[in-house]
Amino acid sequence: MLRQAQHERIYDGPAVEAIDLVKDFGETRAVDGVSLAVPAGSIYGLLGPNGAGKTTTLRILLGIIDPSAGSRRVLGYDRPIEAAHSVGYLPEERGLYPAMTARDGIAFVGALRGLPLAEGRRRADQLLAQHGLGEWAKKPIRTLSKGMAQTVQLLSTMVHHPRLIVLDEPFSGLDAINQARLEELIRNEAKAGATIIFSTHVIAHAERLCERIAIIAQGKVAFEGAVDEARGRLRPIVRLRTRNEDGPWRSSIPASARREGAEWVFELPKGGPEPLLKALIDGGAGIETLAIERPGLHDAFVAIAGDAAAAAMGAVEQAA
Amino acid sequence: MMRLLRSAFVIGRRDFTATVLSKTFIFFLLGPLFPLLLGGVFGTIGARVAIEADRPAIAVTLQPNEFAQISAARQRLADAIGEKRAVQLKYFAPEADLAAQQKRLLASSSPPIQAVLSGRVGDAHLAGDVSPGDPTVSQLQLILRSALVPEMPVPQLDVTSTPKSSGSTAKDRALTAQLGQMILFFITILLSGMVLSQLIEEKSNKIIEVIAAAVPIDALFIGKLFAMLAASVLGILVWVSAGALLVNVFAAGGIAGLPPPALGWPAFMALAMLYFAMNYLLLGAAFLTIGAQAATVREVQTLSMPITFAQVLIFGLATVAVGAPDSAEGLAAAIFPLSSPMAMVARAAERPEVWPHVAALLWQTLWVALILHWGAKLFRKTVLKSGPQRKWWRRARA
Repeated sequence: MLRQAQHERIYDGPAVEAIDLVKDFGETRAVDGVSLAVPAGSIYGLLGPNGAGKTTTLRILLGIIDPSAGSRRVLGYDRPIEAAHSVGYLPEERGLYPAMTARDGIAFVGALRGLPLAEGRRRADQLLAQHGLGEWAKKPIRTLSKGMAQTVQLLSTMVHHPRLIVLDEPFSGLDAINQARLEELIRNEAKAGATIIFSTHVIAHAERLCERIAIIAQGKVAFEGAVDEARGRLRPIVRLRTRNEDGPWRSSIPASARREGAEWVFELPKGGPEPLLKALIDGGAGIETLAIERPGLHDAFVAIAGDAAAAAMGAVEQAA
Repeated sequence: MMRLLRSAFVIGRRDFTATVLSKTFIFFLLGPLFPLLLGGVFGTIGARVAIEADRPAIAVTLQPNEFAQISAARQRLADAIGEKRAVQLKYFAPEADLAAQQKRLLASSSPPIQAVLSGRVGDAHLAGDVSPGDPTVSQLQLILRSALVPEMPVPQLDVTSTPKSSGSTAKDRALTAQLGQMILFFITILLSGMVLSQLIEEKSNKIIEVIAAAVPIDALFIGKLFAMLAASVLGILVWVSAGALLVNVFAAGGIAGLPPPALGWPAFMALAMLYFAMNYLLLGAAFLTIGAQAATVREVQTLSMPITFAQVLIFGLATVAVGAPDSAEGLAAAIFPLSSPMAMVARAAERPEVWPHVAALLWQTLWVALILHWGAKLFRKTVLKSGPQRKWWRRARA
């Protein structure tokens, strides 16, 4: 059951649609013909290295900036600001009023989204208690640690029970424990019926959470679809260890096979595992181990976005 | 529209409480006390200096009976023009060596002597730091002439007092108009400057993205402007109440003793408050727009000086309406949106018609809305980098 505020009209289409979005900053084209459709109730990831155009795309979808060309629909509205009461947003650059207390900071963002202040404070107290910050509710945000302040801001995006939650790089700056908590929070919100869109340069998060993804590179959508579909673009990987170094069996593995330690690694030939297995046995390979692996999202990303984008993502992931 | 106003209310409520509940608001309320205290301290020092250093006397070295004559004549003059304006006379018995006495008196510092009057009433000589035609010399001539003529009975003059004459009313109203404009100008110049830095807080706290995604930028501008207006009105209410209390306690006749404006005090005060709000909103909207373009506090500080000069220029334009609100210049000042509130407050002091104020308030409201709308649009375009970035001629060429 998807969240549906009483005052909102019934809308059954995709939570977010973008059609040929273009955004120019002076002579620079930051977004170049981005089209995507985010199904209602799904967890959707925008993947790409820094500077790929993820944040600009999200800002356009939220109505913070207008596109130079193209159109978007958010929860059925052509003007995103009209859906603002049903949307929660965590920007990449976090910020709250430091003099406000944690509960007031959350209630203020709720009030911006149409939630009465008293109700916002009540929910803020609940949320803070649920996330182990109950005793900090009445403390000014400036006295909170960075991680706590980040949690407070995250809770502020959810206080009004939005139907659409947009999170821009939500995992950056969080330690491993808080990253896991955030993943859990995202899953819970999705279970409660919210649509979640988040951008990330860490593929592992997208792989664990998302049903659908868009891979963005140099302002363009290189891939848009289900995570399995992205993986499905690659053939399964074979990892083979043999007793014999050479023999007739070598003609049954592709020329592109590479060595990783004692293993041969190559794509599963088009004929499937059975002919391969037969050829290896008949050719006297002396199979010690043979594993057929589904390719990971990272491999799919490399294949789709190209080595340069993958290298950029890898560098950022390492830094993160 | 309701959503816009509701969003503006949320922003305004946050800003108002953040301003009024901060410790610094106490200093804001005490602000006008500092110039008053400074004025009091320097006024007292100045007055003491004036008492001690001012009004040098004329030393009189005539015979005692002649000094009594000119002293009586001087008193008649003082009765007519006021004690402080009449020349001071100090008696010294004439000495044998008049030249030496004169030299010694002119060098004396206690009391300071401006000149020495010697000889006789009908044949007097004045020596000192004076020259023919000086007010001091002219006064002494009058005193000596009066001393020579036997005292005449004061002729009968029946006096009927009226509360006001047309001349004094026009003068009083012009004074009220001028004072009204001055107060409006100073309060606005003090308060609207604060609006310049209003958006810096959101920009530096990075909360601007959250707000821009949740509410229309127009609502952000309206909320911020009205929050500062509300805080300013709160301050002004405190100041006006304190001022009225002081006037009632210390001024003869209290507030009722002040020259009444053409529309009467209640209507004038109500209009003055409305025009303050309009003046604040007009200038504030313009300053908010300009300040929103600044990225740092330093940029805001750099903007402050030209902004202050612009305000002085607008005030200069508005002052032409005092005394001649129906002249071409007066009407121009009333029509030009930024000077309109100050020109119209002067009109409220000098002219009894009400309808021009209704028209002016509507006109000013329209301009507040226009400036806010343009400001929000400019903010979206230049700060949030929304909309087309290329110049129109480049777009046209493309």
